[in-house]
Amino acid sequence: MSTTHPPTGPGASAAPAVEARGVSRTFDSRSGEVVALTGVDLTVRAGEFVALIGPSGCGKSTLLRLIADLDQPTAGELTVFGRTPRAARQNQDYGIAFQQAGLLPWRTVRANVELPLELHGTGRAARGARARELLDLVGLAEFAEHHPHQLSGGMQQRVAIARALAESPSLLLMDEPFGALDEMTREHMQTELLRLRAETGAAVVFVTHSIPEAVYLSDRVVVMSARPGRVREIVSVALGDAADRSEDLREDVAFFDRVRAVRESLHGTGNGTGNGTGAGTGTSTGAATGAGRGADAR
Amino acid sequence: MRRAVVGAAGVLALALLWEGYKLLAPDDGVVVGDVTVLPRANDVAMPHLWDMVARAFEPVSSATGAPPLWLAVLQASAFTLGVAAVGWVVGVVVGLLVATVMQRFRTAASALLPWVVLSQTVPLIALAPLVRRWGSQLETGALDWQDWMSVAVIASYLAFFPVSVGALRGFSSPDAVHLDLMRSYGVGWWRTFGRLRAPAAVPYLLPALRLAAANAVVGTVVAEVSIGLRGGVGRMIVEFGASASADPAKQWSPIAGAVLVGLVAAGACALVGLALARYRVSEVS
Repeated sequence: MSTTHPPTGPGASAAPAVEARGVSRTFDSRSGEVVALTGVDLTVRAGEFVALIGPSGCGKSTLLRLIADLDQPTAGELTVFGRTPRAARQNQDYGIAFQQAGLLPWRTVRANVELPLELHGTGRAARGARARELLDLVGLAEFAEHHPHQLSGGMQQRVAIARALAESPSLLLMDEPFGALDEMTREHMQTELLRLRAETGAAVVFVTHSIPEAVYLSDRVVVMSARPGRVREIVSVALGDAADRSEDLREDVAFFDRVRAVRESLHGTGNGTGNGTGAGTGTSTGAATGAGRGADAR
Repeated sequence: MRRAVVGAAGVLALALLWEGYKLLAPDDGVVVGDVTVLPRANDVAMPHLWDMVARAFEPVSSATGAPPLWLAVLQASAFTLGVAAVGWVVGVVVGLLVATVMQRFRTAASALLPWVVLSQTVPLIALAPLVRRWGSQLETGALDWQDWMSVAVIASYLAFFPVSVGALRGFSSPDAVHLDLMRSYGVGWWRTFGRLRAPAAVPYLLPALRLAAANAVVGTVVAEVSIGLRGGVGRMIVEFGASASADPAKQWSPIAGAVLVGLVAAGACALVGLALARYRVSEVS
């Protein structure tokens, strides 16, 4: 199942975190076939932060679910660390967080973080230690014995992220995890996520609606278009390592420049409706090393 | 404390209503044309409450050494409670099994659910003799089929229905995000069931258990009558009712006994709810 050409770029491990080749997903509906995703080529290197952005219905969540093996592509090839998504899922190669925190209400915060460990047979003592460590990491150590309904939305989401990190995955899949939070909490959580990511070194695939969020967090932003869902352009952000990014970056000229690049790509550069076929690959600066492929799907 | 006071006030209001009606209504009831629109209030139809209480402390019959009525009723109530409890447990187990199968296999849900609903339209009276006859043909091996078992089977027949419907709803209640999460952990149906579906079903299950308990008690009392099982409060109500014109206060003791059985059953369900309290915390997003 492994890909034939593992990337050899500096710092990259044997196989890319995610490799998609011509991935499509169509749904059968009463009114005929709906193409959610078509011909997606995308490579996410190990340790890389990639945001998926696009209008509603562009298939960005669908793509994430395909990577997570919560859904299967109808065509194309998809591998996660060189394995099938199914094998990767069973091997716990990724951790996942959704827009809803999805905590189990009858479990304490600690027991929620321990859930995946418990399901995979980690001993009680080791579970407890790991949960403490993770709750420290997300700054909720003192809430370990609280129940989810006693926590604010932002805190619940932090617990969900701690849970996603429980088994030290090398890939973190996040589907609009901050989408339901207010702007202040959201910016705070973004900075925290950068810190977490710097500490864990995991690759991240991050679905979002927000251009600034995508630019602030990512190494590359995958701009998608709708009907049918496809990759229109991949914009390299190149604003430095996660560890070096801080709130100051939000005021930076380079940041605004990248935000504009993503926005222009999203809106199809001057052409209001932006049809996928005509739009070029844009001016992706700092072409990604290794397997980074500024792909668009034509 | 406040709830206890309100509860006592409710009982008192009921007693006042009884005695008040008896005081105000004509002895032969209110008759419009040939139709009695309000019941008779004479001492045979509506004995005074204090007469009922006084009767409860007299011997159950004129035979020498007969126990006081209240003791006989209490023993009969305990018997009925026991049979109802067996019926309840069997009904809950069967209901949970049916719900589990329906949750696991969607085709089973479409195949079984109509029958589950249909089963409750069969009148209890029609069922009782059948169950008894089938049971008596079951005398194989060590199991000697007793009439009380037939009564328990009928009680369980009424009890399983709310449990299976409530549990099925509960098992299907987890959000898509929770199911996705369990799938992402690579765990199978059984573990998803144990860690997610079963705990999530608790808020749906508790009212179902309470309904099942009420059904089991009613089923037991009625089945005791239609099967003719001695020793329980159901049979006692019928027997004492037959001699109501001579001893009108007597039959109210076993009726009170039936109420007591219902209260104990409801109390037991409340205890189950208490034991499962941690699964009843409000749902979060």
